Amino acid sequence: MDINMTLLGQTIAMIVFVWFCMKIVWPPLIGAIDRRRKEIADGIAAGEKGQKELAEARHGSEAILAEARQKAVQVTDLAHKRGSDLVAEAKNVALAEGQRLVAQARGEIANEQNRARDGLRKEVSALALAGAAKVLGREIDAKAHAALLDELAAELEKGAPARG
Amino acid sequence: MAEAGHSAGDYIVHHLQNLTVCKQDGAWVWNQCKGNFFAVNIDSMFFAMLLGIVFLTLFGRVARRATTGVPGRLQTAIEMVVGFVDQSVRETFHGKSDLIAPLALTLFVWVFFMNLMDLVPVDWLPGAAALVGVPYLKVVPTTDVNITMAMALSVFVLVIYFSIKVKGISGFTKELTLQPFNHWAAIPFNFVLEGVALIAKPISLSLRLFGNLYAGELIFLLIALLGIWQLPLHFAWAVFHLLIVTLQAFIFMMLTIVYLSMAHEHH
Repeated sequence: MDINMTLLGQTIAMIVFVWFCMKIVWPPLIGAIDRRRKEIADGIAAGEKGQKELAEARHGSEAILAEARQKAVQVTDLAHKRGSDLVAEAKNVALAEGQRLVAQARGEIANEQNRARDGLRKEVSALALAGAAKVLGREIDAKAHAALLDELAAELEKGAPARG
Repeated sequence: MAEAGHSAGDYIVHHLQNLTVCKQDGAWVWNQCKGNFFAVNIDSMFFAMLLGIVFLTLFGRVARRATTGVPGRLQTAIEMVVGFVDQSVRETFHGKSDLIAPLALTLFVWVFFMNLMDLVPVDWLPGAAALVGVPYLKVVPTTDVNITMAMALSVFVLVIYFSIKVKGISGFTKELTLQPFNHWAAIPFNFVLEGVALIAKPISLSLRLFGNLYAGELIFLLIALLGIWQLPLHFAWAVFHLLIVTLQAFIFMMLTIVYLSMAHEHH
């Protein structure tokens, strides 16, 4: 239990160990701890920020979705309206076209009728002249009797609706 | 396990004897150094330095490979100790010093390791040493008052150094002479009071650690004398002693920080 040179030996050992610890051991360890602490703190902050942004984005997406839904409804309505408009318009156009076609057909029929009637009249006039020539036994001068023939033709014309 | 032919007293005295070497009449002699200041306790020095090197190797390896990313288990354990010491220093010591935290870490882990040698069954290492011809072996360095006193005195020197560095010679002198009664007539009284308080620091620091571990070792030795009954008792005392081992290492570190922090503070 004596105090002896062990005291000095231990003091030297302690100085060396503490110096070694101070130079080699402590700085890298505490540096690593501090850097990791900072990284963790940054990570937590980033995580919170991300979460906040996510919540905001979710909120924004809901608004956008609602708007889109509304727009879709509007578009559908518009499309319906436009569709029915188109149908109505097409109906009108078709109706007009039909009427036009009918009118055209009627005109053509009337033209055909007139042409046929003219033809018939000429043939009847020719037949009447031929008949009259045979009856009279001589040539009839068509020029000399043109007035007569025209009158006859007019008479035939009058009688035509009854026949035709 | 008292050996045959030895009384219980001999057994205990033998186990509390350091392996000492000194020069006597021009020759190196073992264990005949009573009262010789130039003797060295080889066993205390050996285990103290061995454990110090174990501490520095372990922590130094981890420190060299320390990663900022995900740490391994060993690194986590080391970092817990470092973080604990760092926090203790930060809470108590408010100045800025690159020395105090590493000093506290070294003292804490080193003293802890030295105390921990107390849990090695008392006959193992001395018995093994006896087989190779070493007559005495005390395996717990902190049961040697030289070891604890050396550390406490080193701390004391640091306390004086920082007191003078921070407050100047005059400030330090004023602290010793003008407290607690700030009057010129009270200077001698103050000086005696403060001087005793100052000297008491290293003495209490070293003797507290020494006394606790010495008593613990003594009780282990007494238990070892009980034959087969030593087994449960040894276990119970070892469990309790584990607390003392940790606590004394912590107290030694904490008081070192407190003393150095007081040295840095202006009154």
